[in-house]
Amino acid sequence: MAVLTYREAIRAALSEELTRDENVVLLGEEVAQFHGAYKVSDGLLEKFGPKRIVDTPISEAGFIGMGVGASMLGIRPVMELMFWSFYSVAFDQILNNAANVRYMSGGLINCPIVIRGPANGGTNVGATHSHTPENVLANHPGIKVVVPATARDAKGLLKSAIRDNDPVMFLENTILYGEKGEVPDTEELIPLGLADVKREGTDLTIVTYGRSVLHSLVAADILEKEHDVSVEVVDLRTIRPLDIDTVLASVKKTHRVLIVEEQKPFASVGSQLAFMIQKEAFDELDGPIHRLATIDAPAIYSPPVEVEQLPNPQRVLKAALAAVA
Amino acid sequence: MSKKAASTIETKDDAVPACGASAQAPVNANLPKEAKVELYRKMVRIRRFEERSLRAYQAKKIGGFLHLYIGQEAVAVGCCSLMGANDHVITAYRDHGHAMAVGMDTKPLMAELYGKVTGCSKGKGGSMHYFAPSLNYWGGHGIVGGQIPLGTGLAYALKYKGLKGAAMAFMGDGAVNQGAVHEAYNLAALWNLPVIFVVENNGYSMDTSQDRSSAGPGLAQRAEAYGMNWGTCFGHDVYEVRATMDKFLTLAREQCKPAVVEIDTYRYRGHSVADPDNTYRTKEQIEEYRRTKDPIQVFQNILMKDGVLTDALVEQIDTEAKAEADLAADFAEASPYPTPDDIQRDVYWESDNPDQRASKGRLFFE
Repeated sequence: MAVLTYREAIRAALSEELTRDENVVLLGEEVAQFHGAYKVSDGLLEKFGPKRIVDTPISEAGFIGMGVGASMLGIRPVMELMFWSFYSVAFDQILNNAANVRYMSGGLINCPIVIRGPANGGTNVGATHSHTPENVLANHPGIKVVVPATARDAKGLLKSAIRDNDPVMFLENTILYGEKGEVPDTEELIPLGLADVKREGTDLTIVTYGRSVLHSLVAADILEKEHDVSVEVVDLRTIRPLDIDTVLASVKKTHRVLIVEEQKPFASVGSQLAFMIQKEAFDELDGPIHRLATIDAPAIYSPPVEVEQLPNPQRVLKAALAAVA
Repeated sequence: MSKKAASTIETKDDAVPACGASAQAPVNANLPKEAKVELYRKMVRIRRFEERSLRAYQAKKIGGFLHLYIGQEAVAVGCCSLMGANDHVITAYRDHGHAMAVGMDTKPLMAELYGKVTGCSKGKGGSMHYFAPSLNYWGGHGIVGGQIPLGTGLAYALKYKGLKGAAMAFMGDGAVNQGAVHEAYNLAALWNLPVIFVVENNGYSMDTSQDRSSAGPGLAQRAEAYGMNWGTCFGHDVYEVRATMDKFLTLAREQCKPAVVEIDTYRYRGHSVADPDNTYRTKEQIEEYRRTKDPIQVFQNILMKDGVLTDALVEQIDTEAKAEADLAADFAEASPYPTPDDIQRDVYWESDNPDQRASKGRLFFE
């Protein structure tokens, strides 16, 4: 296995899929000449040329909509949003066109588009640049939503997303771009909708995704060593489709649940999970389902305080202890 | 309605042309007689289909909105009659005329209005959302201006694949102030995409006149800010529509030159038929247009004068169009509704093709 950063793993997925299918094209702000605002696409312009790697103007509604239209005619566009936070100005194109066009045409039209970019807080860029819209996106049938936590998952899931015939929203993380992990040398396609048990345990299930997986794993180590609590960490990896079966299997093993999400709590992914767990595993629960979310306010700028607004290992630890109390 | 025709690609007489003045344009003069009759027939069929749908709407057979194209038929018919194998069309919610102009059958169109499973979108789209990708027709879109980036994407795909075709992205005059439209203009001009933005100017964005909603001297001229070609023409004369659009389409197909073409037209009915239209215009205004510029009457006069149409043929075409509309309504009436089980079909490609599904997990939730 090679050790790659999360950034390099995404780049490798893009490069492999661009090579495999000439209809794959990468478009976005600064993706070509500048090699990407976060250097994800470094070297791709040189390798694939300006027809395949395309700089767009700052015009998200225009270029996302253009990508949706091109996908209807058989192009497989991968559209980079410099920040997923900018989805709001392209939201009509995403929810009314990408999500709905198959339905409204009675199944005659497909929209095989991938929209990708980072969606996270923790970089002190304030409320406008710190949105985590996976719950908002997943609220729209027709759309798939992926939030990878590791380099291996990012690569394997992005390759599947690009080959998917439905629109896939792929949410990365600027803080994870530099995180290293092992990635298989041979081609790996990780199916969308398959959760991954990142750590096995017996006393508490933490259901989580994205960067919160890393915080949960750190907290699980402390819980094991200092509190004699054995934690199972279930990484959803994909929000929609949702692998609830892996979650329920873990709940049946531990009987206690903590949901950890970098997400404002109202109508979040965790809200949906909690509903499904109580509905489908009520008799397995030894206590109420707990949740740790982003503290419910717009993202604060102040650097040391933003750390406290988001899930972090200490907050996960505290919430986990409450869940097993 | 009395603005001068203008264009960046051709200087022409500034006076309002007499109806039929474009008959000698090669794209019209070279038309066989049957093709001229077919243009006329298509406009009549659209008119009769929509009149029949209005009666069904008034009888409460149709839900939601019904945005009728009556009065504007020459625009869609003229434009779509120029389509080649690689030309594509997308439009907004006033989409019945375009659907029929590209060749969609009236039975599934009417059934869609009735919300029946035999509708062109299986009863899932309704009046505003007609699609026929096999006829290069991509809808039928409900959000004002939202379809314009999609149309630009169709042009992008054509160019990417090296196909010599053009996309026509239709919008109403109310769409020109939407941001997405201007973003699409910029992309099309920046990347030389073969797209014609067709502004069907019927004078009113919903119930608000152009004077009260759009700044600047004209709607097409806004193309100049993006270095795009533009033109205007009179939409009550199908020959004029064809003559104007032919030039811009040729430039798009041959040279990947985008353009904005503003076509003056007029709708006789309210924005949607449920909207009263007595607050912003007079009955006399509508009647005056109907009397002097009705696109079907205008073309009938031209073709009668040329000996292409006869009284008997006019009568026959009208009778057949009415019968076709009645048959479509009968078909819609007799068709079943979709079932509740159909609600979750056609959402994801993967859930509709389970044997080819690659993903795991639940796609739908309770």
